Amino acid sequence: MTEMSSLELLLTAVIALVALATVFGVILGYAAVTFKVEGNPLAEQIDALLPQTQCGNCGYPGCKPYAQAIVDGEAINKCPPGGQATIDALANLLDVPAPELDAEHGEEADVKSVAYIREDECIGCTKCIQACPVDAILGAAKLMHTVIADECTGCDLCVEPCPVDCIDMLPVPQTLADWHWQTPLTPAQRFAGNNHSDYPNANLIATDRGLDDTEDHAA
Amino acid sequence: MSKIWDIHGGIHPAENKQQSLTGPLQAVSLPDSLILPLSQHIGVPASPVVSVGDKVLKGQLIAAAKGFVSAPVHAPSSGIISAIEERAVPHVSGMQAPCIVIETDGHDRWIEHSAIADYRKQTAAELVAIIRDAGITGLGGAGFPSAVKLQPQQAIDTLIINATECEPYITADDQLMRQRSADILIGIDILAHILGDPERVLIGIEDNKPEAQEALAKALADKSANRHGPVIDVVEFPTKYPSGGEKQLIQILTGKEVPSGKLPADLGIVCQNIGTTYAIYRAICHGEPLISRITTVTGKACNKPGNFEVLIGTPVAHLLEQAGFDDTLCPQLVMGGPMMGFALPSTAVPVVKATNCLLATTAEETPALPPAQACIRCGHCADVCPANLLPQQLYWHAQSRNYERLEAHHLGDCIECGACSYVCPSNIPLVQYYRAAKGEIRLINEEKQQSDRARIRFERHQARIEQEERDKAAKREARKLAAEAAKAKRETDAKTVSTDTKNASAEKGTSDLDVVQAAMARVAANKASPQDQRKRFERAIETTAARLAKAEQALEALMKDAKTDCTKEQLAQRDQQRASVEQARLRHQEAKNKLAALDADQASEQETEPALKANRSDDPALDRAATAIARAQKNAAEQALMSPQQKLQQLRDTLEKRLSKAQARLAQAKSEDSDQLEAFGNAVAILNEKIKAADLELAAFDQSRPPANKQTEKSEETQ
Repeated sequence: MTEMSSLELLLTAVIALVALATVFGVILGYAAVTFKVEGNPLAEQIDALLPQTQCGNCGYPGCKPYAQAIVDGEAINKCPPGGQATIDALANLLDVPAPELDAEHGEEADVKSVAYIREDECIGCTKCIQACPVDAILGAAKLMHTVIADECTGCDLCVEPCPVDCIDMLPVPQTLADWHWQTPLTPAQRFAGNNHSDYPNANLIATDRGLDDTEDHAA
Repeated sequence: MSKIWDIHGGIHPAENKQQSLTGPLQAVSLPDSLILPLSQHIGVPASPVVSVGDKVLKGQLIAAAKGFVSAPVHAPSSGIISAIEERAVPHVSGMQAPCIVIETDGHDRWIEHSAIADYRKQTAAELVAIIRDAGITGLGGAGFPSAVKLQPQQAIDTLIINATECEPYITADDQLMRQRSADILIGIDILAHILGDPERVLIGIEDNKPEAQEALAKALADKSANRHGPVIDVVEFPTKYPSGGEKQLIQILTGKEVPSGKLPADLGIVCQNIGTTYAIYRAICHGEPLISRITTVTGKACNKPGNFEVLIGTPVAHLLEQAGFDDTLCPQLVMGGPMMGFALPSTAVPVVKATNCLLATTAEETPALPPAQACIRCGHCADVCPANLLPQQLYWHAQSRNYERLEAHHLGDCIECGACSYVCPSNIPLVQYYRAAKGEIRLINEEKQQSDRARIRFERHQARIEQEERDKAAKREARKLAAEAAKAKRETDAKTVSTDTKNASAEKGTSDLDVVQAAMARVAANKASPQDQRKRFERAIETTAARLAKAEQALEALMKDAKTDCTKEQLAQRDQQRASVEQARLRHQEAKNKLAALDADQASEQETEPALKANRSDDPALDRAATAIARAQKNAAEQALMSPQQKLQQLRDTLEKRLSKAQARLAQAKSEDSDQLEAFGNAVAILNEKIKAADLELAAFDQSRPPANKQTEKSEETQ
């Protein structure tokens, strides 16, 4: 009797486990098919953090290939247009320490610049059009070319191929539209005399509250 | 008396309003020049419709609105356009922006303008269009185009008029209400009419303006006899900064909180500033665009402070002069109030539509802020925040530029009222951090959008290049295949000829040979059944005879017609018909001949060559096959005759021909200085190399001639 029951017990356990395994197997299999992620989500996340300048300074033909290379183990500090901000963001995403920008690939520019074609000198060779990774140059063979400034990423890939050297990289001037307040100086910065704000006293607000108290008291 | 609600937080700074309320509203003398920035509002800058040298009259349109959220600009006085250029504008950055400059002529002559006699007879859309064309923007400070606010998609049940003016020192609205409350009430009626007579019309006013309240009440009582609009309720509530914020005022008057990211219109509420309401009255009832406003000039650096009705575009220096401004007393001039205003970089900037106050305080009135100290986590800032935010947290995250956390703490809902900075015991300029962080976030979002666009453009660019490559490769592949097929065909043709024709049908070849084989099989089949062939020929004779008869009939009919009436077309038709008759006759004759030939063949019982000949004209495919066979035979014969050496020689000759051609092209390119010079040069070099290779092979061949010869002979035998 006890033998029988133990055998039964064993059988029940085995059957139960097999049944569970089957059920979960089916669920997992279904999930694997239904929720299959297309493409490489990590590469896309990295690509979203890169500045999309498509300059190729990193040694890859564009930001997406570099994103893929990072997934495959490439260093994250090869993007000069993105600068330290991009490196930090990438390090944050990949959970690795943020290195300094690799100077071998260029230096971070202070101001964004866009290409400008001196149109009088352009001979219409179309070489810059072929070089532009974002199709931001308009023109046809033997006709003048021009840069669509809004679409230019400032990668300066068009400068080198120009046979008459008529392309300049001009810094984008700041306008009222993109002006914004600067973060107030920290005490350390103030002591260092690092006064980067050239507009008048930005700390105007509510400096009259001392007076408020006195008047209240007077009243 | 309506019920009122309270808002969270708020502060009670010294009001300092009496200084500018001592006298009446003053007029300002006409300045020599007026500077009108194209962007005095939120939205797209206006675009000029005048050019330098044009004469303009007071109230004339000089820059048109561009887009939905935009406002036009009008000439505030008559004169000549002296410049359209970048000028310093009232902005904290001290930057320049496009402005239209008018040299006034002193006549102050109005352009022809007409008032709406009875606005009640106009539709809302017509009135909104007038308000839009009058260039009216929110005069409370933000400068949002009023017409946009008056076209809500949602049903509006409450109209709120903002008469709060909560910021210290400013009294422009107060003065306006004291002196022109009757006009303001008409403006409110117009707004109510535009919005479809909302259930409630509330004027929100702080209890520090009893005179203004009185004036409004008096005007209401005077008017109540012959008013048509809804009941106007003047709601008084305790003074507290910043009750004048749109969202704060709505909460005070209705108890409803405008949700984050939503508009008052989503709650069925429209809120307009009292100054804007007056401007709307001027536009509808006098036909005047927004060319002047009331501005408070105050502070101890002015010995005649007061409220001034000033033309838009008047240089600040001119206005200050009227108020007895002493430059030496004022360390910094502020546009706006002491809480939300900003320091002006120069007095050359003009008064704009949103300029409600010029604050010329002495150093004693607004002392320089003592240096900031560390945050002591006292929590006062959170207590006074009217938007219910956590200023300390925002401060930490703004310092570390953690924009994600800032957005999680709803930085976007901060109204920058400065209450937190005001109460901070450590003198931390909190609101400066928020302004900076807001600006950075806005820039980052813009950059993100731009980079997304760049990504899409790059991906499309790549896709296009790849497609081009694929197309090229496909073409190359197709050419290669065609060349291979042709080569294979040549080879098999040669083979077929060298073997017995009888075995052709049995021979298995590559798929390229199928056509030839099929043709050969058909030849064989035809040969095998002369009976079938005979039948076919007989049928052919019959059909051709029938066709011939038909064609002849048609020709006859045409000839008959032609006798009566003969046009060119008919002549041509006749000729055609005649030709077809001739053709049919020929076909008929041919078929007869073939049958005769077949009969003759059968008689002689010779099955080989003539059968092929007879079939030739019968089946076009066979015909081609036969000629191809003939050609292949000839080629094969020639090739068989040609030694390998000769073949090489031939190759070399063709190469040399190509080289000379390429050299000619290169020379031409050189003379034309073409871009493709390089490519031509390359081509010549490659050809030279090929010739060299051919020469080498030829030389090698010469050395090993005897064995090579034998080999070829052998291979020919096996074939």
